[in-house]
Amino acid sequence: MSYATHLRCRECGRCYPLEPVHVCEFCFGPLEVDYDYQALGRDISRQRIERGPLTVWRYGDFLPADREQAVDIGAGFTPLLRAQNLAEALGLRRLYIKNDCANPTWSFKDRVVTVAATKAREFGFDTLACASTGNLANAVAAHAAKAGLQALVFIPADLEQGKIVGSAIYGPTLVAVKGSYDDVNRLCSELSDRYPWAFVNINIRPYYAEGSKTLAYEVLEQLGWRAPDHCIVPMASGSLFTKIWKGIKELAWLGLVDWAHTRMSGAQAEGCSPIVEAWERHSFNIRPVRPKTIAKSLAVGNPADGYYALKVLADSGGFAVAVSDDEVVEGMKLLAETEGIFAETAGGVVIAGLRRLAAQGHIQPDELVVAFITGAGLKTQEAVLDRLVPCLVIEPHLASFEEAIAGHREAVAAGRHTSRGESHG
Amino acid sequence: MAKQRVKFTFPTELIKEPVIYRLGKQFAVVTNIRRADVTEDRGWVVLELEGEIEEIERGVQWVIDQGVRVDPVPGDIVEG
Repeated sequence: MSYATHLRCRECGRCYPLEPVHVCEFCFGPLEVDYDYQALGRDISRQRIERGPLTVWRYGDFLPADREQAVDIGAGFTPLLRAQNLAEALGLRRLYIKNDCANPTWSFKDRVVTVAATKAREFGFDTLACASTGNLANAVAAHAAKAGLQALVFIPADLEQGKIVGSAIYGPTLVAVKGSYDDVNRLCSELSDRYPWAFVNINIRPYYAEGSKTLAYEVLEQLGWRAPDHCIVPMASGSLFTKIWKGIKELAWLGLVDWAHTRMSGAQAEGCSPIVEAWERHSFNIRPVRPKTIAKSLAVGNPADGYYALKVLADSGGFAVAVSDDEVVEGMKLLAETEGIFAETAGGVVIAGLRRLAAQGHIQPDELVVAFITGAGLKTQEAVLDRLVPCLVIEPHLASFEEAIAGHREAVAAGRHTSRGESHG
Repeated sequence: MAKQRVKFTFPTELIKEPVIYRLGKQFAVVTNIRRADVTEDRGWVVLELEGEIEEIERGVQWVIDQGVRVDPVPGDIVEG
């Protein structure tokens, strides 16, 4: 069963029944799911959670949808890995990587969409919709296929063919919209008013967003029921960042972990960093930007939850950091070369941000740090294609191999090839 | 009649301009402000526009042409 009781406006506090609505009728503030925490507190225990399935639905008591009816393709319970090599490279001692590349469509969006699809079916919708340039589209198309729902996925008309395949394979209706990024946004807003679809991040957004909390629950359980000292999280709309914080607070309120004063730090790419820019101005007012970065999965110029992300940064004592596209690529390579994890550009943003914060002394060497890697690198291969060591091409005999390998080793020794994220070229 | 919920973000140079008043005067659009934060150097206003859809679209385009950023209330909808 779900302990969700109602929706509450995050601005004026007005309450609404659990329906497919997302803004307050009075102040147009965003709505968020609220729960009967007293009842949840009476029933919940670590053992009860540990008996659950190895997916996000293990934490079904904390989600606003019925676990028994879940649209479940196996999202969640991804590895939490001790990152000893990367820690040493950064001067840290207790670093973990939460590897959400291991989700069914290779990004954390499966967590939010499994909840959104389940809720859409509960509400009686027959169509699941979204507007996306990648990860969200993949997750919506896959979950709609499993749920037997129609899928409508809006994409910018200039999206690369390679990005379309990861959605098209599941058989959605793909609609390529001509026009600017802002045009696509406005059109989708109008469509959601006009058509009776479950638009996952519009009318289903309050439910959808709750799926991100499962990242926090998993990390705390995988650490042996304790909260980290410091989290570093990529920020796009800011929703993931705020929900990880909410998840940590919920488990602490309910006595499942001790309160650890976890600091929440967020990373963005310089080409789209409206949250970091406001944080650096000591302001809670986001100035929208037009995104220009290789970290396309974080390219949200007008972040819906930017204000709330700034509040979490302030409340938790965390830091906001923006990194250049070059640093993003270096971050991707560093993670791959030290820990064997090929993350997408958003992962490069996190690792580059982590490196910056560690170098600046904002992360203490003894802190237990968790870096959240939210999507797999095969989705954004073009970002690193021209920055990799080329392969050795040889004739099919030993002498050719030995000549080539000797030359290669010389080049590595001389620092002409990238190694461990250090200098290259 | 249609309704549209939008967020206007004003650059510094337009803070003193009565853009919302003119929108209501020049177009057959009723403006209904629900939430706002305006200071001397920047500001945003969340409001509902009511009128014929074509008139709302013309009005919104005029607001954009003045230099105001117009977004859907939930922020960016296109996600990665």
